Amino acid sequence: MKLSDWFFDRYAVQSWIDFFRKKYVPVHKHSIWYYTGGFCLFLFMVQVVTGILLLLYYRPTAEAAFESVQFIMTKVRFGWLIRSIHSWSANLLIGALFIHMFAKFFLKSYRKPRELTWVSGMLLFLIFLGFGFSGYLLPWNELAYTATKVGTEMTNLVPFVGKYLLVFLRGGEQVSGATLTRFFGFHVAVLPIIVTVILAFHLLVIQIQGMSVPIKLEEHKSKLKQLPFFPDFMLHDMLGWLVAFGVLAALAALFPWELGTKADPFIPTPIGIHPEWYFVFTYQTLKLVPSRIFFIEGEVLVVFGLAVGIIFWLLVPFLDRKSNQGIPAKFFTIVGIIIVIYIIVTTIMGYVIPA
Amino acid sequence: MSILSRRKFLNFSLISSLGSLAAVIFYPIIRFLMPPKTPQAAQTEVVAAKVGELQLDSGKIFKFGNEPGILILQEDGTYKAFTAICTHLGCIVQYRADLNIIWCGCHNGKYDLFGKVISGPPPLPLTEYNVTVINDNIVVSKKA
Repeated sequence: MKLSDWFFDRYAVQSWIDFFRKKYVPVHKHSIWYYTGGFCLFLFMVQVVTGILLLLYYRPTAEAAFESVQFIMTKVRFGWLIRSIHSWSANLLIGALFIHMFAKFFLKSYRKPRELTWVSGMLLFLIFLGFGFSGYLLPWNELAYTATKVGTEMTNLVPFVGKYLLVFLRGGEQVSGATLTRFFGFHVAVLPIIVTVILAFHLLVIQIQGMSVPIKLEEHKSKLKQLPFFPDFMLHDMLGWLVAFGVLAALAALFPWELGTKADPFIPTPIGIHPEWYFVFTYQTLKLVPSRIFFIEGEVLVVFGLAVGIIFWLLVPFLDRKSNQGIPAKFFTIVGIIIVIYIIVTTIMGYVIPA
Repeated sequence: MSILSRRKFLNFSLISSLGSLAAVIFYPIIRFLMPPKTPQAAQTEVVAAKVGELQLDSGKIFKFGNEPGILILQEDGTYKAFTAICTHLGCIVQYRADLNIIWCGCHNGKYDLFGKVISGPPPLPLTEYNVTVINDNIVVSKKA
């Protein structure tokens, strides 16, 4: 008796295999965007593997964190490479998520019946930003310390519960060793559990509903060329992953991620400081907005605007009625273009304009 | 007059029991998540530096309890001290001799040497401290 027969005799997985064998991916001029999700998944897997490896040496206290990362980078064999890959793939992952999200937005893939695919994807995006923010502090260097100070201070601007949120995030009134321990807990335990659940849902609904096609092609959907998901599409996907892995290894080897100088709560904020590139547009907005607009403080307005923007973006499938009826919605395309331009322009300004 | 039915009574009992159970579980968890307040002795004055430590037209960050302060020796030889926490988003400010201002590197907030906001996003001025020179020590104290 073959081992596979022994297994299939006991567990009813044949129906799953049949399901994947019968699954097809439509082929058209926008098919390339179908690969962005798999790309994100690959980078996430790299994050998990390298993250677990780093855990073996990292120590999450204000006294030891910086030194432990230094130890990883200078003493542990290939430690510099593992940490570099972790940092580079984190940044590439956020970049890939931006591309994946905007691609799905402009193709209106969020329309009925895929509203929850979009909502779960958006939640994943926000959680990955949380991963970025919490992970950034872990080496306990000067840049990370200041970024965390500013980032957590922004929660203080939330009406009524701001103060509680701030103390909850920081583990006290100030950014300290307690903050580091908390962020470590979020980064390696809380966020991974939440991601696992939401990601499982996201992937499950995609498998059940299949790939969305652009509105204009919806009518001719049955006439479109089909590519078997297994093995054809999956092999294409994996080829992309292989290229991504090569790029990642090259980046990590040629441009190892810097450690900077150890955080000191009693030194002035250094000149030319800015957060990770994916938060620069918020940082630049905070710089541009005057201290008061009428009777409202500028930074309160920024936080409020950001919250409204996130809620709008999250609820897009329910607001865009036209797309749900199969009619191209120009308004939402224009809104998306404005958002992309705003993010790009303010990000460039953040790097180019001197303080 | 309606009498409470057996079904309604059981539903009410079940829901209130489950509600109480949830409260018993989540209340300690939520309280656990909020860190305890650690008592701190209220410090009203501190030796920020020694006489001769600062060069003319320069600044220094000093510890005032758990918070940073900034001490500036002006060109005319007089001292000024303020809280070093930017009123915008809490970054630590520094003295810029080239511009003769107190400056925050986070969002380009600028204050004059009275702590008043000149430009940038800070909504409030920096709190000023008293500076007195006692023997060899430059003592900074909170204003009453």
